[in-house]
Amino acid sequence: MTANPRALLLFAAVAALFVATGFMTSWNVTLTIVNMGLISAIMALGVNMQWGYAGLFNIGVMGFVALGGLACVLVALPPVREAWAAGGLRVVLGLALGAATVIAAILAWARLPAGRMRALAVAAILIVGFFVFRAVFDPGVAAVEAVNPAGTGYLGGLGLPILLAWPAGGLVAAGAAYLIGKTALGLRSDYLAIATLGISEIVIAILKNEDWLARGVKNVTNIPRPVPYEINLLQDTGFVGWAMRNGWEPATAASVVVKLCYAGLFLAVLAILILLMERALNSPWGRMMRAIRDNEVAAEAMGKDVTARHLQIFVLGSAVIGIAGAMMTTLDGQLTPGTYQPLRFTFLVWVMVIVGGSGNNWGAVLGGFLIWWLWVMVEPIGLWAMNLIASGLDDGFLRTRLIDAAAHMRLLVMGLVLLFVLRFSPRGLIPER
Amino acid sequence: MDLGNALVVFLNFVFVPGLAYGAQLALGALGVTLVFGVLRFSNFAHGDTMAFGTMVTIFATWWLQGMGVSFGPLPTALIALPFGIAVTAAVVLATDRGVYRFYRRVRAAPVIFLIVSAGVMFVMNALVRFFIGVEDIAFADGGRFVVSAREWRELTGMQEGLAIRTTQALTLGVAIVAVALLFWFLNRTRTGKSMRAYADNEDLALLSGINPERVVAVTWIITAALATTAGVLYGLDKSFKAFTYFQLLLPIFAAAVVGGLGNPLGAIAGGFVIAFSEVAVTYAWRRVAAYALPEGWAPEGLMQLLSTDYKFAVSFAILIVVLLFKPTGLFKGKST
Repeated sequence: MTANPRALLLFAAVAALFVATGFMTSWNVTLTIVNMGLISAIMALGVNMQWGYAGLFNIGVMGFVALGGLACVLVALPPVREAWAAGGLRVVLGLALGAATVIAAILAWARLPAGRMRALAVAAILIVGFFVFRAVFDPGVAAVEAVNPAGTGYLGGLGLPILLAWPAGGLVAAGAAYLIGKTALGLRSDYLAIATLGISEIVIAILKNEDWLARGVKNVTNIPRPVPYEINLLQDTGFVGWAMRNGWEPATAASVVVKLCYAGLFLAVLAILILLMERALNSPWGRMMRAIRDNEVAAEAMGKDVTARHLQIFVLGSAVIGIAGAMMTTLDGQLTPGTYQPLRFTFLVWVMVIVGGSGNNWGAVLGGFLIWWLWVMVEPIGLWAMNLIASGLDDGFLRTRLIDAAAHMRLLVMGLVLLFVLRFSPRGLIPER
Repeated sequence: MDLGNALVVFLNFVFVPGLAYGAQLALGALGVTLVFGVLRFSNFAHGDTMAFGTMVTIFATWWLQGMGVSFGPLPTALIALPFGIAVTAAVVLATDRGVYRFYRRVRAAPVIFLIVSAGVMFVMNALVRFFIGVEDIAFADGGRFVVSAREWRELTGMQEGLAIRTTQALTLGVAIVAVALLFWFLNRTRTGKSMRAYADNEDLALLSGINPERVVAVTWIITAALATTAGVLYGLDKSFKAFTYFQLLLPIFAAAVVGGLGNPLGAIAGGFVIAFSEVAVTYAWRRVAAYALPEGWAPEGLMQLLSTDYKFAVSFAILIVVLLFKPTGLFKGKST
């Protein structure tokens, strides 16, 4: 990094973009983009670990982001005592029985001698287990969801500080990644892609439909914050006086200060992660990962366990994505399963990594900021351009069509950016080395 | 106990919808598996190619309807279908020229093709949204039913009705014709044989003087035809929405993998396996059970294994089981 003037120049250019946005619109808006840019950078770091270090194609980023968000609810919200009393233990017992069924089936498969008896035994365990699970689980869910459905209707969380949800989000995502990686790694690269695509759709389906877990599409909206609330700042006479003395409008100042607090927290996480990753990448472990990526056969011949290393990096990368997901939900203050779109959370992060420079941590960070800025800005710019084109037209079908189309500019621009970068500059803005 | 009525309910709510859905998935999976066999990558843009082809067909349908053309009891979209296929084939061929050919020349790794196809998916999805918007569009016209539930009841005097929609019958008919044409082409014509040879062993095929660019072009044209047909049939049966086709990607891939990637026969079998499992697992069996079981045994619950919101989970679970136990698929496909 220190010896790379190109990277410094590019970072300066992106910083200039943000500063220009600040002057053109407002600092408040710019800080919002910066905060999401920081989170995007961390997501891009996670994908870069999987793709850049190891060449694994994960198109289930959205699922891991959502799992991180779920961790926020499970960790930070207060438990709903009535719901626990109504059916909480039943739900937990049901889940435990479900897990026990799967484990029993796996054990039976591993221990029994191969043959028709084994297949029948495993099938019997799964079928009986499924009905027992449903018999225990369903009444519990119904009881939990019946407790004040408009206000709670779910089990709530542990009531711990929200900052603990960030590592917890990483752990949840890592757990899911382990299960997926264990089945799909070691086969064709396409299979991992398809399996991750599937798991991300299922995670979102669970979040949308399991109301007892996180209220489904009713959303959990009161996730606590790690930073002060604007309203509390405004009630604080010291703060208002300080803002007035500096000639700022107190409401705007409060909003800016809160965003700066978030930015500080996110920056700290980003700094820690990038420090760890740079160390890892330049260690023997990092060299081994790159060796595996560049030539699996040769690495295997040297005695490296390719599948195990792939599993390791897949789990680590997903954990980083999970942390970013938890941070995003904390920033939003709410978990809204309806807003998770694969184009926004999977493919956009991919564009960030590829544009930034796959295999290079700083590249991923740069890509995160740049592409996020573009994502936010393409729509207003597109609308402006479309209005310009359409201004010569009469009010008719074509005109409304063009103006409506501005809303879809993002997809087109991101797709074209991805295709052009892959074609003409596959190493990205800051190449690996 | 009334097995006759139980059978009718089963046919009406499980078998017939499953058959139509299976045919749609099979056509989609055939396209994926052909691209995989010849070009050796999983085409993530396939879902959006289906959407694109359907969109062109819808425009042609509207134009035909505007001209006063109709196809009697069959949907007008059937006349518009060749037009949709032609435009989609042209677009897909242009995409190959502009995007994929370069990576073939540099012999890029399959995973690069995957990412590139994701980029193509983005652009195609955007184009579809540009041109036709994101609203729900129903474009089926003509007769609604081959047999309606009321007609069936009057005809047989049974309590339950069996309804077969025109679109369901049409789906099956068109799918059979398409698959027959495809297999005739692959097994009997010179071009088809050269395609299979190229898929089997690229170097040997090149040595025998097969023109790779021609094989690739033909593959893309067939893929476009299959994708458009599958998309139009699905759109006629349900309705057209710009982003539902992206969500079809998972069941289609699952079907192709279950059958064995690169194996056309497997893709068809896989499509029906996925479709029937999905419908059977998410269907509430209470009414079938009420008829099939002796009096007084009727279950209280819905007897639904999974809510319909989890239909993805079914294709996914089947996919995982196949990956764990038989990565080459039910019919021998390529695993590595």
